[in-house]
Amino acid sequence: MTPLAARRRKFTTVRAEWTKLRTVPGTPWLLAATMVLTVAVSIAATAGTRCPAGVACPLDTTKLSLTGVEFGQAVVAILAVLGISSEYSTGMIRATFTAMPRRAAVLAAKACVTTGPVLLAGGIAVAGSLLAGRLVLPGHGFTAARGFPPVSLADPAVLRAAVGSVLYLALIALFSLGIATAVRDSAVAIGLVLGLLYLFPIIATVAASPDWQRHLEQIGPMTAGLEIEATTGLHSLPISPWAGLGVLTAWAAVALVTGGLLLRLRDA
Amino acid sequence: MSATIARPRPGRDREDAGPDGFVRILRAEWIKFRTVRGWVIALVIAVVLMDLVGLFAGGQANIVCNNGGGKTLHGAACIPRTPLGPGGEPVNDSFTFVHRPLTGTGSITVRMTSLTGRYGGGAGPASQGPTAGSKIGVQPWSKAGIIIKQDTRQGSAYAAMMVTGTHGVRMQYDFTGDIAGLPGTVSARSPRWLRLTRAGDTITGYDSADGRHWTEVGSAALPGLSSTVQIGLFATSPFYAETSQFFGGTTGQSGPSLATAVFDHLSLSGRRPAAAWAGYDVGNQDAFGQQSAQLESFHRVGGRFTVTGSGDIAPQVPGGAFGGGLGSTIEDHLVGAFAALIVLAVVGAMFMTAEYRRGLIRTTLAATPRRGRVLAAKAIVIAAVTFAAGLVAAVIAVIVGVRLSHDQGMYVFPVSWLTWLRVVAGTAAVLATSSVLGVALGTMLRRGAAAVAAVIVVTVVPYLLGVAQLLPLGAAEWVLRVSPAAAFAIQQSVPAYSQVTGDYTPPLYYPLPPLAGFGVLCGYAAVALGLAFVVLRRRDA
Repeated sequence: MTPLAARRRKFTTVRAEWTKLRTVPGTPWLLAATMVLTVAVSIAATAGTRCPAGVACPLDTTKLSLTGVEFGQAVVAILAVLGISSEYSTGMIRATFTAMPRRAAVLAAKACVTTGPVLLAGGIAVAGSLLAGRLVLPGHGFTAARGFPPVSLADPAVLRAAVGSVLYLALIALFSLGIATAVRDSAVAIGLVLGLLYLFPIIATVAASPDWQRHLEQIGPMTAGLEIEATTGLHSLPISPWAGLGVLTAWAAVALVTGGLLLRLRDA
Repeated sequence: MSATIARPRPGRDREDAGPDGFVRILRAEWIKFRTVRGWVIALVIAVVLMDLVGLFAGGQANIVCNNGGGKTLHGAACIPRTPLGPGGEPVNDSFTFVHRPLTGTGSITVRMTSLTGRYGGGAGPASQGPTAGSKIGVQPWSKAGIIIKQDTRQGSAYAAMMVTGTHGVRMQYDFTGDIAGLPGTVSARSPRWLRLTRAGDTITGYDSADGRHWTEVGSAALPGLSSTVQIGLFATSPFYAETSQFFGGTTGQSGPSLATAVFDHLSLSGRRPAAAWAGYDVGNQDAFGQQSAQLESFHRVGGRFTVTGSGDIAPQVPGGAFGGGLGSTIEDHLVGAFAALIVLAVVGAMFMTAEYRRGLIRTTLAATPRRGRVLAAKAIVIAAVTFAAGLVAAVIAVIVGVRLSHDQGMYVFPVSWLTWLRVVAGTAAVLATSSVLGVALGTMLRRGAAAVAAVIVVTVVPYLLGVAQLLPLGAAEWVLRVSPAAAFAIQQSVPAYSQVTGDYTPPLYYPLPPLAGFGVLCGYAAVALGLAFVVLRRRDA
């Protein structure tokens, strides 16, 4: 096989996966749901928060504006999980592997085509959430005079939070794809993904000792990953923002590698 | 496909008609459930996860304390002795009591002209300098007035008429009873007249602004009150709390406070054994029985009594201002229900979606053309199975967890067996209802992933937002009212008392009462089942 043919073939895999993702009726709905849910929850959170005069409000307005990401990630997880488990449920996966025997390449192609739309939808969702925060919060007592400058991407910390949140959603998609590849069944996969995401913070809140709480928040994919949204009180975080996103990247990498290995070793 | 399946005609004899037919469908669904090994394993995993998380929650505290005599204590020996009220609830019962005995029917009347207080600094009974560095101010629930009490033991039955810091005149009895009387604060220009009468087991409270026109505030039955009781004046003041509540959390300072009340026109009626007024500090000892430094007192100048006290006569609450919120509750060990809920929601959704995936649904519906019955049978089977699993897990978690907490020196709020049952069975019921929600959503969406994600997002995430301080307090409480996560209110074992200053916020306290919260989840499940029923009937299989 010539290098050109090989490259073309790789590209064909991506194109095939893209066609599949694009033509499944659920995809646009799930992407739309990601954006709507994220922005709606963010608006609700900012609209429900007030800082009455004379009260100190130790609050990170950027993080508050991005509250919806905690919900939106669930939809992203569904999208990514269905990307592979729907093939298993319909038996399509056998046709896919017949056409494309290099299974790792299929998984890589799926990772690429899932990440792209998630980055786009995530970008819009994050921008919408921050815009809502910028418009709503100053009217609720979070004024520049009291130490809350309007949320603006010109602020490097806010920019980091915004870009990081979009990356966070993409990493959640990769993490979910890896888990779904490993367990195959969509319901089990989504249960596992959301369980790993949401149980860490819940267990951390009930942990009796602060050390345990801190460690749980450092290793949890959601608790560590979402530290990227923090713009204030960076010294008191359980883990620094980029290191936190690194923890989530590690989770996603382990999930993808596990999924890829099982894909090679197992019958389709 | 459905064209080949005959619709049942009502009134005809059918195999699946009648109660016997439904039992057969139930049995079929039960066999489907128990023969799928993965689902049975999932049930076991749910139980194990729930218990592991629950025991972890109380599993690493290491309490060391000092008994005041220089000896270091560990674990269970550090648990403070807590008096129990007549209803069995843990109470605070410490106040300055100027008392004398009363036998049989009688009454006490007094005029109160002032209620002042100090807090902060050294205003505590255990402090070195009596009032050094303290600030002047009365607490909202500082209390002084007249009281009829079984005896001077902590936790004994009582009824009292009192003036409070900012909550007006109240009649309170047996720690949990609280009836509002005249509003406003007391002063020399606007005094408050208080009266308590005893007849048998019934004590009636009256108040008046002028000593001539009396209003009955309420009456309390104190069953088993002995013929001779202690009657007199009292004053007490709970821990002050300067908190700023924000974004789900509270920060602030807390410490003992003092209240001083001035009384005159004291009159008694009824048969009284010969005795003089005696001052007594009810409960003036710390948790280890050591007598605290004497600070509370009473002075009498002619007919004028000045009574100063510190403490509280009220039920204890977790997170309450008095006592600093030390202690855990039985539901602390049930937080693993979230882990179990996720697993059981997956099982519930798959119980239905697996039929669609394998095409088994067509066989099922061919065998039982009345589709509603299939849905009902599935819901009943999954509810029964998950309730049983949840009950086993909850009983283990609470019994072992409470034992562990106790051994480690953590005070666990005692609850009545009825409350215990409600919390444990309620947790199992929440799990069962959530998996029924999973079945219903699985039927509607036919996709496991979407159904499972929906159940998790509507039950677990609102809880997370509410308790993990991800949302501001108001929004968090609102979420815990309207979302299915409201159902976790059924785990709350200690009620919030309006007459006790406390941090009544999630996760210790839910905004809805237990059954109402559970009702919210049931409402969601019922609506989802109804929609699933309609969709299942209308749609091709």
